[in-house]
Amino acid sequence: MDVSFAITGKGYVILAADTTAAHSIIKVKLDEDKIKELSPHLLMAYSGEPGDTVQFAEYVERNIRLYQIRNLYPLRPSSAASWIRRSLADSLRSRKPYSVNLLLGGYDTTTHTPHLYWMDYLGTLVDVPFAAHGYGSYFALSLLDRYHDPEAPLEEGLAVLKRCIDEVTKRLVVAQPKYKVKVVDKDGVREVEL
Amino acid sequence: MNSLVNRFSTTGYAAELRKAKEVLGEDDEGSDAMWGSQAGFGTLAKGVPTFSVPAVADPASFLRLHTDDHADPSCRIKIKHGTTTLAFRFQGGVIVAVDSRATAGSYVASGTVKKVIEINPYLLGTMAGGAADCQYWETYLGIQCRMHELRNRERISVAAASKYLSNLVYSYKGMGLSMGTMICGWDKTGPQVFYVDSDGTRLKGDLFSVGSGSTFAYGVLDQGYRWDLTDEEAQELGRRSIYAAGHRDAFSGNTINLYHVKEDGWKFIGNYDVSKMHYDGPNGNDGYGYDLRVAGRSSANPPAPAAADIAVEA
Repeated sequence: MDVSFAITGKGYVILAADTTAAHSIIKVKLDEDKIKELSPHLLMAYSGEPGDTVQFAEYVERNIRLYQIRNLYPLRPSSAASWIRRSLADSLRSRKPYSVNLLLGGYDTTTHTPHLYWMDYLGTLVDVPFAAHGYGSYFALSLLDRYHDPEAPLEEGLAVLKRCIDEVTKRLVVAQPKYKVKVVDKDGVREVEL
Repeated sequence: MNSLVNRFSTTGYAAELRKAKEVLGEDDEGSDAMWGSQAGFGTLAKGVPTFSVPAVADPASFLRLHTDDHADPSCRIKIKHGTTTLAFRFQGGVIVAVDSRATAGSYVASGTVKKVIEINPYLLGTMAGGAADCQYWETYLGIQCRMHELRNRERISVAAASKYLSNLVYSYKGMGLSMGTMICGWDKTGPQVFYVDSDGTRLKGDLFSVGSGSTFAYGVLDQGYRWDLTDEEAQELGRRSIYAAGHRDAFSGNTINLYHVKEDGWKFIGNYDVSKMHYDGPNGNDGYGYDLRVAGRSSANPPAPAAADIAVEA
C-alpha cells in the first residue's frame, strides 16, 4: 500500500513517500519517515515487505557510511546505485530475499548532475527522469509523461509533485494523505514542506 | 413481490395491459409495463427477452469453467478484455474517446475494434469488458430506444436509456456478463453521462474512465479537466488521455476513436494512431511523446563559467 514518487529537475531530485505504517487494516503509525539520508548528497525511499524495508535500508546506510569513512569521500550516486542493486540481486538469490523496492535520488557533485534510480526487489535498476512505486504509479506515470520538465526549477518540480499527490488522493481508494518530501541538490539533502 | 402480485392480479395497470395485449395478439418482447409506474423494475418479472443459456444445471459456473484464462490458460474460450475508454461532460457537450485494442490473454486479437457503439444519432455507448456482451446489449438497447420513440413520440432520455440497460444487466447478475460502459448523449436536460456496469452499478457523473488503462487516462484527464474547456481543448484532452493509456497500458493502444456529442447529436471527430500521436501528434508536428517534449532539456546544473574564463575564450 506504500506510495512513493520521485522527480528530477534542474539540479535537484525530489523524493516523496507516504508516512503511514500499516498492519492489515490498521494504521499503526502516521508519521513514519520512509526516506533515508544515505550520504550528504544521497536519498533513498524504500517500500515493500514490512520488516525487510528498514532492515535493508539500515544495512545500506551503514555500508555507504563505511565506504565514506574508509575512503574519506562518499560514493557517487551511480556507484551507490550499482552497489545497492548488487546487494538486492545477491539477496534475491539467497534463502530469504529482501522484498524491498527503492527510489534512489542523488546529486553528483563532480558532474553537477542530479540522478534518479528506480529499483525493485528483483534487482532491476533503471536511471529515469521520474519514478513511482506502488499503486500511485498507475496514476502518476501518465501524469508525469505529460507534465514533467527536466529543467523545471524547484518550485515547479514541487508543483508537479503536488499534482501527483492530489491525483492519487483523489482517485486511489487506499490513498495516503500525508507525505514526507525530501530534496537533494548541490547544497545536500533537506526536508521540505509541500 | 409487487411485480409478482401485479402479474396475477385481475385489476390494475399491468392487468389491463395484459388484457389489451391478449386482444391485440401483441407479443413483443420488452413490455410497456417496463416504462410504467414500476420504475423500470417491471422488467424483472416479465419483459426480459428470453436468452438461451447452456443446458446445464448452473450456466454461470459452466461459463466460468470454459472462459477463466487466469486459472486455466489453455481454456478454449478466451474473452476479450483490456481497454481504455473515457467520457466527460463539459460546457460544449460530451467528449467520448476510446482505444481500439482487443486482447485475449496476452494476445492482441485486434487493433481496429469499434469501442464506441452508436446507439442512435443522440446516444453513444462505450465498450469495456466483454466485447460481445457490450456489442450485443448496447445494440439491443438501441432497438429498445427506437421502440420508446415510436411508442411515446419522444426521444428517450439518457437517464432512461442507461437505466434500461442497468436493469437489463442486473437481471443477468451472477451469470457471467462482463461489461463496463458509459452511456452518453444529449437530451432535454442537456449533456449527460452515465456509467453502467454488469454488477448493476449505475452512476451519473461528469467524468468517467473505464478499463485496464483507466488509471493512466485519469492521471492526464483529471489534471487537464475544467468545465469551461473549449471544444478544441476538450477534444485534445480526450485524445491525449487515451494516448497516455495506450502508451502506458499494455492492454490498450493501436488507435484512438474520438466523438463529440452536441445538442444536434454526436459527431465522429476522427481516428488517430497512438504511435503517430507519440511521434507526430494530431497535426504532424506536435508529438505527445515524453522524449520529444523534453528533447534537448537537461537536469544537469553546472556552475556558470567564471568571468575570467569567458574573457580567455574571447
